[in-house]
Amino acid sequence: MELLLFDAFNGLIVGFFYALMALGLSLILGLNSVINFAHGGFMALGGYLAFTLVPIIGFWGALILAPFAAAALGILAERGLIRPLYGRDPLYSLLLTFGLALILEDITRTVWGAQGLPFAIPNFLNHPLNNVYFFVTGYRVFVVIVTAIATAGLFAVLRFTRLGICIRAGNADLETVASLGVNIYFLRGANFALGILLAGLAGILAAGQLGLTPTMGSSLIMPSFVAIIVGGAGSLIGSLLGGLIIGVAAGITTAYFPSASEVVIYLIMAFVLMVRPRGLLGQEGLFE
Amino acid sequence: MSVETETRERTRAGSSLPAWSGERLRFAIFAAVLLLAPVWLPLIGSYTDLGTRVLVYALAAMGLNLLLGFTGGLSFGHAAYFGLGAYGTGLMLRYVGPNMWLAVAAGVLLGGFAATLVGPVVMRRRGIYFAMITIAIGQMFYFIAVRWNNFTGGEDGLTGFQREPLALPGGSVTLTGPHFYYFVLFFFAVGVFLLWRVLNSPLGHAMVGARENSRRLEFLGIRVERLTWISFAISGFVTALAGSMNALLNNFTSPLDLYWQLSGYFVIICVLGGMRNFWGPFVGAAIYVIMQDYASTMTKNWLSVIGVMFMLVVLFFPRGLLGVLARRRSG
Repeated sequence: MELLLFDAFNGLIVGFFYALMALGLSLILGLNSVINFAHGGFMALGGYLAFTLVPIIGFWGALILAPFAAAALGILAERGLIRPLYGRDPLYSLLLTFGLALILEDITRTVWGAQGLPFAIPNFLNHPLNNVYFFVTGYRVFVVIVTAIATAGLFAVLRFTRLGICIRAGNADLETVASLGVNIYFLRGANFALGILLAGLAGILAAGQLGLTPTMGSSLIMPSFVAIIVGGAGSLIGSLLGGLIIGVAAGITTAYFPSASEVVIYLIMAFVLMVRPRGLLGQEGLFE
Repeated sequence: MSVETETRERTRAGSSLPAWSGERLRFAIFAAVLLLAPVWLPLIGSYTDLGTRVLVYALAAMGLNLLLGFTGGLSFGHAAYFGLGAYGTGLMLRYVGPNMWLAVAAGVLLGGFAATLVGPVVMRRRGIYFAMITIAIGQMFYFIAVRWNNFTGGEDGLTGFQREPLALPGGSVTLTGPHFYYFVLFFFAVGVFLLWRVLNSPLGHAMVGARENSRRLEFLGIRVERLTWISFAISGFVTALAGSMNALLNNFTSPLDLYWQLSGYFVIICVLGGMRNFWGPFVGAAIYVIMQDYASTMTKNWLSVIGVMFMLVVLFFPRGLLGVLARRRSG
């Protein structure tokens, strides 16, 4: 029983990484109509930047600064590369971010090395909170808290700021928003940066738990796609939910049949697609 | 111009139908170049296996292009069927017996039927959503290959099999160098002929119709979903055939043959050569394979090289090489 709890909880933590990634992807998919293949690359970049920043400004400083650094690079990519492709066949933005993902992976490999790097976290976060449930370490609780704060922050931005309201309106009808005098190029750029910000944060949190490798991006991005499909395209809550569901499902499978723990999330996806093609909370006929 | 006439013209431009006499001549030259490749490749300082690899990648990409370029389904998961073809062939040779025909059949059937089974899950979708689902489903097969250690060799890939002598009516042939090239060329021709026949049949015209205007096709009483399914399945069979050839070429297959990055490479090969043209993916594959061969000796940063190529093609060259040439010729 404890083992099952252990695996389920492990899965839940990984699910939080998926959920953070899926939230950002979903945000970008919504307003920019781009599947950002490079999301994993930006995530890894966030983690690696934090690794470099920790000796200079400490863990807490890096936790704040690294996501913004990743987001700044995201803005550059959006301006220079993705912006010319709005309104063209979605194939081209897919291919472009695909190429960007390859380049980002290569850059992290060249700069920080192909070997994995350990990511030091503050000592007090390393201790278990409880002797029986030894797996509930301070860091895992910390991951949950940070994710909750980031998610709440995102929803607050979308609900209460002018920018957030414009983003939501743009999701509903970009043309009308443009005709009301909103600079939609700026809006899409800001939205893209917001998504990358979440990716960078996910990168740092994942680095503390799983360590840093150049391929961490490409291994975490696929489950995030699955999270979006399961949760339903067009729904941020859905993406969040989808990420947690597949994380926990993979964790529980690890307890019973470890070698199927990766396959199971794709089986869940196939099942959802057949039973409820639009996903748990998705809108019908979006992005088609 | 009505959609129908436009569609018909595009189909003609996109196939190798001898619309004017030069087309036939050019095809003859092309065939001669392929047939004589083992003769002229060493003369220009290259080697026969490079030609074989071009054929393998070209066949995989042309198979994908039936779906991508002609039916309008953005599949980013075709490495799965390529890899399954490779594993089917490798597993057959390793565990069952040294029969080449059976091995190729096993690969084609494994990859092809997998695509046929996946079809109903994806066929209702179009656009980006289609891409996202195909790529995710492809990953499922990747993880099966990685985790089923004792059967597939896991992360290290499947070894312990090699090309066997080919049983022919007149005796058996060892498949080395040029012999193997002609073996692959034969299956390449079979696959390409199948694609060509499909595209020039009413079925193929309906597929192009689905790409251009699926709603109109629905009103005409054609089920676009089923059409997408058929296209997905045929394209899966052809790509699996290419995968089978790839396993035999390397005497090895690894989970990377199923990985999503390879799926992306297949798509860029199609776009680079021109995905609206029947032979576009062939041109793309030739460029890709030669570039890879060259870059692997020059730099360790192959990922950046191909990544930059993705961007350049998308930003400056979206019609692809043959697309640009065809346009220049017509206008």
